Amino acid sequence: MELTEFSHDINEWFSGSGPLADIVVSSRIRLARNLAGHRFLNSCSNEEKAEILEKLKSVLMPLDLGDKVFYVSVDKEPELNRNFLVERHLISRHHAMATGPRGAVIARREFFTAMINEEDHLRLQVLKAGCQLRACAEQIDRIDSQIEGRVEYAFNPRFGYLTACPTNLGTGIRVSVMLHMPALKLTNQIEKFMNAAKDMNLAVRGLFGEGTEAASDLYQISNQVTLGVSEKHIVSEFENVIIPEIVEYEKAARRQLLTNDTDTLDDKIARAMALLQNAHLISSQEALFLLSHLRLGLNMHEHMGASTPAIERLCALRASTKEQDKLTIRTINRLFMLTLPAHLQVNYGKSLDATHRDALRAKIIRDALTQQS
Amino acid sequence: MQCQICQKRTATIHLTEIQNGARTELHICEHCASEQGIATHSQMSINELLSHLLAVQPSDEEMFGPAEKDLVCPTCGFTLDRLRKEGTLGCPADYEVFEQALLPLIERAQGGKTSHCGKVPTTLPTDTKKFVELSQLRQQLEEAVHDEDYERAAELRDKMKQLE
Repeated sequence: MELTEFSHDINEWFSGSGPLADIVVSSRIRLARNLAGHRFLNSCSNEEKAEILEKLKSVLMPLDLGDKVFYVSVDKEPELNRNFLVERHLISRHHAMATGPRGAVIARREFFTAMINEEDHLRLQVLKAGCQLRACAEQIDRIDSQIEGRVEYAFNPRFGYLTACPTNLGTGIRVSVMLHMPALKLTNQIEKFMNAAKDMNLAVRGLFGEGTEAASDLYQISNQVTLGVSEKHIVSEFENVIIPEIVEYEKAARRQLLTNDTDTLDDKIARAMALLQNAHLISSQEALFLLSHLRLGLNMHEHMGASTPAIERLCALRASTKEQDKLTIRTINRLFMLTLPAHLQVNYGKSLDATHRDALRAKIIRDALTQQS
Repeated sequence: MQCQICQKRTATIHLTEIQNGARTELHICEHCASEQGIATHSQMSINELLSHLLAVQPSDEEMFGPAEKDLVCPTCGFTLDRLRKEGTLGCPADYEVFEQALLPLIERAQGGKTSHCGKVPTTLPTDTKKFVELSQLRQQLEEAVHDEDYERAAELRDKMKQLE
């Protein structure tokens, strides 16, 4: 399977649809599993890693997922392709950078990935658009049970599913949601939110996981405790307590902007439009932040009926853009993903230096936001 | 991923430098970063957090005596010292070999919990399944008593009796 077969569009989970999509961009659940009878990866020789890889690949490829799957030999892919897969959240940065035999089994519609030989022998993940954690949990449990019928997982009655790092022990589950929270940032409440998340025993990360800054006002919130609490309990706490609370927090900040600080809101939206429509060189970081403000404006219009001068201009632009690039949340997310460094280069067909990437990125965005005459 | 400078520790800092249009990437550990004078104020990584938790514990000798300090996993050759440095284990058997050393660490990393609750493999022997189920019920019972939900506590106690 060639990466260019899907590099020109965004994946389903990033389409801007699903429940609470104005704030919850996507839901993701991953399970960490290891095979009984094998060492953890940091003690494995390359021969043993290759054996694990072959064993798991042969079990995973024929799985019934309701979608075609393809396999990527991560260790044999060039760096650019590995970065491309990281940008699409199909493999982790750790998996891209690790050493030795490793691979990923990916569903064609990109809702499922199995990373083989990441930190654990097997990392399964299911991703969906909007707030759909329960659906993710049901689907990943079905997939996990299918695998469990064919291999023996390392399991201990006291500690549950055994993982290389004790922080994943027990259920091996990591539930995470990607949230778009520009209003909390604009109203200087992000620190407060971070502290509240810490009190709830949650980890907050940037767009691309651990150690990455919150590009484009996107934050990933995930559970830290994996032992002694059932999968069902963790998921229901996210769906019934944590997400509604955070969503309400961001909504209150958006209302606050609209009633008390329209100038700040309009300034951000209008500047974003002006720069994105006119810039000839734009870095990935700058594009992400500016696109975030367009997304905020459109969502506030659609979900809160907001109508400020800048939002009106944004809506007028929406009506006049080219049909295929109709300015919707999906278009913004598409621009967001397709202008990431590895996406730009995969689609261009060769590697580009930073200046050429910035020029190409600016052109793609400019073209999409051009008014029809 | 290993640190590109010391080739020993795990790289937790990823730097991208763009100079005159040329891009270079460097993946290094916290230690080498501070030696190179690179300031870091990022969130603590999980491995770092674990190493930190391990470091503030009493030494192996203080905690377990000289015999445990020299304990080596017969399956993978892993030692407590490596665990202290790397934060990850060598093989599934380590959870039994180093159970005593791991318990306080697990308790801290897992919000005070030390036993599994949730999915179990369908292929487990019936006795083991029963053991897991009983320990989960015991945990739920403690929570119900803590929440003063005595009706639920009575239900859970009856369930446990049936299982036993």
